[in-house]
Amino acid sequence: MLKIENLHASIEGKVILKGLNLQVNPGEVHAIMGPNGAGKSTLANIVAGKEEYEVTNGSIELNGEDISELAPEERAHNGVFLSFQYPVEIPGVSVTNFIKTAINETRKAKGLEDMPAKDMLKMIREKSELLEIDRKFLSRSLNEGFSGGEKKRNEIFQMAMLEPKLAILDETDSGLDIDALRIVANGVNKLKSKDNAVIVITHYQRLLEYIVPDFVHVLYDGKIVKTGDASLALELEAKGYDWIKEEMVS
Amino acid sequence: MDLKEKIVSSYVAFEDGVDVNTDIHEIRTEAFQNFEKLGFPTKKLEAWKYTSLNSILKEDYSIFPDKEKTINLADVKKYFIHDIDTYKVVFIDGKYSSFLSETTHDAIDVCLMSSALNKAKYKPVIENYFNKVAKQDNLTSLNTAFAKEGAYINIPKNTEVEKPIQIINFTTGSVEATMTQPRNLIVVGQNAHVQIIERHQSLTSNAVLTNVVTEVFADRDATVDIYKIQNDHIAASLVDNTYIEQQSKSVVSVHTFSFGGNITRNNLNFYQKGEYIDSILKGITIIEGKQHVDHHTLVHHIEPNCESHQDYKGIFDERSTGVFNGKVIVEKEAQKTNAYQQNNNVLVSDRSTINAKPQLEIFADDVKCSHGCTIGQLDEQALFYMQQRGIAQKEARALLMYAFANTVLESVKIPEVKERITKLIATKLNVNIGFDL
Repeated sequence: MLKIENLHASIEGKVILKGLNLQVNPGEVHAIMGPNGAGKSTLANIVAGKEEYEVTNGSIELNGEDISELAPEERAHNGVFLSFQYPVEIPGVSVTNFIKTAINETRKAKGLEDMPAKDMLKMIREKSELLEIDRKFLSRSLNEGFSGGEKKRNEIFQMAMLEPKLAILDETDSGLDIDALRIVANGVNKLKSKDNAVIVITHYQRLLEYIVPDFVHVLYDGKIVKTGDASLALELEAKGYDWIKEEMVS
Repeated sequence: MDLKEKIVSSYVAFEDGVDVNTDIHEIRTEAFQNFEKLGFPTKKLEAWKYTSLNSILKEDYSIFPDKEKTINLADVKKYFIHDIDTYKVVFIDGKYSSFLSETTHDAIDVCLMSSALNKAKYKPVIENYFNKVAKQDNLTSLNTAFAKEGAYINIPKNTEVEKPIQIINFTTGSVEATMTQPRNLIVVGQNAHVQIIERHQSLTSNAVLTNVVTEVFADRDATVDIYKIQNDHIAASLVDNTYIEQQSKSVVSVHTFSFGGNITRNNLNFYQKGEYIDSILKGITIIEGKQHVDHHTLVHHIEPNCESHQDYKGIFDERSTGVFNGKVIVEKEAQKTNAYQQNNNVLVSDRSTINAKPQLEIFADDVKCSHGCTIGQLDEQALFYMQQRGIAQKEARALLMYAFANTVLESVKIPEVKERITKLIATKLNVNIGFDL
């Protein structure tokens, strides 16, 4: 589904990714771990199409198609979803109407009519129940005054509504207490299928107890330096990253 | 001949068409002399520092379009709020159109200034109110000198006017350039309530200069809501001089929506002549190209325990320019005044400009006066966030701008007006989304 080859990228002249390779197939869950500044969020933002980053070499393919020149909304229409580490507050736009607009704009891009209001409401009801979101919450301005946990739950709610092929969760666990973590993870697990894939970016093993990855990658200094199964996450949790750095040097 | 000379020399001809042996004409003549002395405002005047009329004063305006023009309702229906029942006072090139209007004398007067100025039964009201709150500045004097036609609205006490009143001035472009001087008088009695929608609309690309004066008197406990829809043709310029005098416990709101036109200058003045008054001034400006919109507001707090609320939002694209000058005077006697002023602007392009100036003159010591002014750009991270969710950049920008302006729309009390403004904003931002936020 996602195939990244030899990706080099920089922002304002600073090189962040230095030859990254990653292949994600349908039905898989990948975790990307690594120390601060390794390039984890950069990778997420580049796949989503943030313009400030310059791809200097390499390719990003989604379902066999090079997406590196596409606008962020076009990538979204192709099924890419990024759960933001810091979801943006947008005063004056309610959660409900934002998601309605997002869904209908995506449908428009695919040449479809707007989703009938009845279906939309039904879907909102189902998905908000899945994420245990209070209905009153949906009429509030998007992310404005939300707690850290509410923001993240709202991200996963939007993911549930948009039904992406590839979801990238960028530190979705940060700022979540254990209950919220369980709700979010449960939501993600329910949405998983053999046709979609999830990339979980995290510092901690905690989230991976709930969303069990098929692969764990260590991103260090702009490259994936180690790949393993779920047990690698436990090893990292126990030993930190220093041994990886030492391995790199030797 | 420059425009001032042309206007001055045509006054004799104007006098042919009015009764010169009246008190009203005394007022006109005095105003005429005042204009003759002052001329048009120039950038040397502090109040006109950021707005130059030079480019529009060069046109060879026809001052008294004398041809009766008719227009088809079908062609202009879109300029009305037509999905609700309203009274309508409509003018074409400054002349009353009985065909397009729907006036009344049933308990309330919604009719013509020309009748009010000439008929004996209106004389007491005219004597009490005409030109009593309007300032004697350059352009108001010019309007007063030629005051002859406009809307006359008189609502007796304890009357709730069920239907909004639309005042619409069309210009047809039957001559190359048209100048009009509409003069409106709105008198609202004790505990009465009225809603007014005002619009100036040019129907061709010929130059138009409208210099309108509206006087509003709100008696005790009266409620007056005024909506000014300014979405005129790019060749049309407007100077709107509105003067509002409020008595105790009255609430007057003015919403000004400025989306179109060449040069638009709004002089909006509130005078609080009693206690426990609320004055509400709100505006949304969305312009582009070389358009210019200037909001000059004045709230004069004269008595204690009154409030004023100002909220102006501006979005400026391309080479457009904006001015916000919000003056609040709190007199020594006006203790316990609450005066709020908020002016937020987004400069969408690097070449757009806003000159924003809060001006507070406070002589009382026990008051709450706040003002806030921001000038910024659209939040790039918010745009990326919306695009990531599948909303294309153009629509995302529009949605952000709409959300930015939305606080002003929340206080619009007529749903159809709100809906119309929402549609105008979508059209103005060139997007096809509902914004049903």
